[in-house]
Amino acid sequence: MITSGKWRIETVREIIQRLKSKPGALLPVLHAVQEYIGHIPDNVVPIIADEMLLTRAEVHGVISFYAHFRNHPTGKHIVEICRAEACQSVGCRQLEEHAKNTLNIDYQQTTDCGNITLEPVYCLGNCATGPSIRINDDIHGRVSPERFDELMGNCRQRLQEAG
Amino acid sequence: MSIKIFVPCDTTARSLGADQIATLIQAEALSRGIDITLVRNGSRGLFWLEPLIEVETENGRLGFGPVTANDVQTLFEQDFHQGQTQHALCVGLVEQIPYLKNQQRLTFSRSGITDPLSLQDYLDHDGYAGLENALIMTGQQIVDEVKTSGLRGRGGAAFPTGIKWQTVLDTPGEQKYIVCNADEGDSGTFADRLVMECDPFMLIEGMTIAGLAVGANQGYIYLRSEYPIAHHILNKAIETAYQQGYLGNNIRGSQKQFDLEVRLGAGAYICGEETSLLDSLEGKRGLVRAKPPLPAIVGLFGKPTVVNNVLSLAAIPYILDKGGQAYADYGVGRSRGTMPIQLAGNVKNGGLVELAFGIPLNQLMNEFGRGTRSGRPLKAVQVGGPLGAYLPESQWHTVIDYEAFSSEQAVLGHGGVVMFDDSVDMGDQARFAMEFCTVESCGKCTPCRIGSTRGVEVIDRIRAGERPDNNWQLLEDLCDTMVDGSLCAMGSMTPIPVKSVMKFFPDELRHGRQE
Repeated sequence: MITSGKWRIETVREIIQRLKSKPGALLPVLHAVQEYIGHIPDNVVPIIADEMLLTRAEVHGVISFYAHFRNHPTGKHIVEICRAEACQSVGCRQLEEHAKNTLNIDYQQTTDCGNITLEPVYCLGNCATGPSIRINDDIHGRVSPERFDELMGNCRQRLQEAG
Repeated sequence: MSIKIFVPCDTTARSLGADQIATLIQAEALSRGIDITLVRNGSRGLFWLEPLIEVETENGRLGFGPVTANDVQTLFEQDFHQGQTQHALCVGLVEQIPYLKNQQRLTFSRSGITDPLSLQDYLDHDGYAGLENALIMTGQQIVDEVKTSGLRGRGGAAFPTGIKWQTVLDTPGEQKYIVCNADEGDSGTFADRLVMECDPFMLIEGMTIAGLAVGANQGYIYLRSEYPIAHHILNKAIETAYQQGYLGNNIRGSQKQFDLEVRLGAGAYICGEETSLLDSLEGKRGLVRAKPPLPAIVGLFGKPTVVNNVLSLAAIPYILDKGGQAYADYGVGRSRGTMPIQLAGNVKNGGLVELAFGIPLNQLMNEFGRGTRSGRPLKAVQVGGPLGAYLPESQWHTVIDYEAFSSEQAVLGHGGVVMFDDSVDMGDQARFAMEFCTVESCGKCTPCRIGSTRGVEVIDRIRAGERPDNNWQLLEDLCDTMVDGSLCAMGSMTPIPVKSVMKFFPDELRHGRQE
């Protein structure tokens, strides 16, 4: 995943052309573009619309409907905290508070260092071993505030190693 | 001879460190010169024991759990790989654990036993026996078998699967579709995920049989994006099924065609509603459609479409293998077969319990769940996801049966049981039900879109002591409007948890939890 500005418009076009003949191709296209760039920049919307014979409003409407799609860059790591009932019953409300306080951000915000973006999620299907969080594609169970700090420490470390 | 050691690969086991344990076991075996074969099996669904490591012995598979990275060395020191049982984490023979032994696993018969990505494992455990039968039957014969089974939609609506299939079979059309609803968004549920991560070929087989039954040659699995591991495993399994002639244009040399593709959702709970799901599959905003027309007649891209939940389709291979009657022999009343119940939330022994319909809820929570994880008294149970009722102790005798639940103004839904101890504030839970609807409403109809926002506000006023009696009445009216006026179950069922709190925990909604 590229989260910096280092993406090529030609590659975006290639992605669209590879997928656009699928029936109902818009979601697969948006997933692939977001996978490549890290988000779906506003200036890509006209290109998608043009290639797929849709209006810009239609493409924008789909992007804005789904929580998973973003039109702005995120931090290096996306940290999602499950807010749903099963996790509530084992302390996710306290975990949310802890996360916001220690990272000093709210949901949908990124830490100043550009390292962590915090997002809410409604169920990760890990409901017997909550509270659960997802860091990028890894899901973690029974996350106490202490365990959360440990995991965030790992995120910071990985960023430093990457320079 | 090489020793077989099993480390589960499902989300829960991995969320508790299974990958690291697998690496450590291999490294430790290598350094000790022990010849092992490490298998990444599915999960048994005994989640409080995960990561549950198993060793193959002459007497069966011996379990150790819950294992942490720090335990790997002592496991080897105490010769766990030779079937020694003295390690403190030894749980004995896995199949003898009462939690597992006392279940009736029809759908989950292979879960945790096999390597999910091994087609050979699947075939060695009755896999594709149902398809072999279906290939020599007519579409009508397959549909009749499903009708005999009494199977009802396991997604929550409990509509008879055979009747839905009959409608699609009877609707003329060159192009028909099978759509699997794998947008398992209800909190407290993970049975679909377990099917996809632990026994993906069963779902592929069920969908293929559905295609043969109604004359559909294309299937889609609409999978939520919150399930990255299921996504990976499904794609791998589909690739294998194509390579081995179980998918494609000539299934097992029959000249019959069925193609299958996974499509990812994008974080919208509403897309678990079948018509919203279809719009999303078509590449649109996931807006709910008015019914009729039924998706069985005008479905995906306007074509006749079977939309079934993962568990419904996963029950099909058993039904076509052993016969519809064998499935119908389980259960009570109009609820036939087995129900995979998911014990979740504040539960000591959480996990998957597949049993014939008819067991009381409290028996599940006590004999299997063993009470709360916190050790505090159990206070309320939400059954059937975020749109399900909160049940107090007086309702825990209710048996797992669709009709028994609806007679209590509750829903069985997808079978999720979320337990709460006495630290829960039920007013918070009622408020969250409305709040969740504000976040996840598709916005098409007013009672759901605006009603939920007003619902949060009214609950806040009641809790702040602002004209509480008037606002209580207003909340009741609002709930009725949402129930009667919403286009789909999202708006019409959001009042169920709210009203259950109003009925069973009224003081807490008015005054907050008292210590």
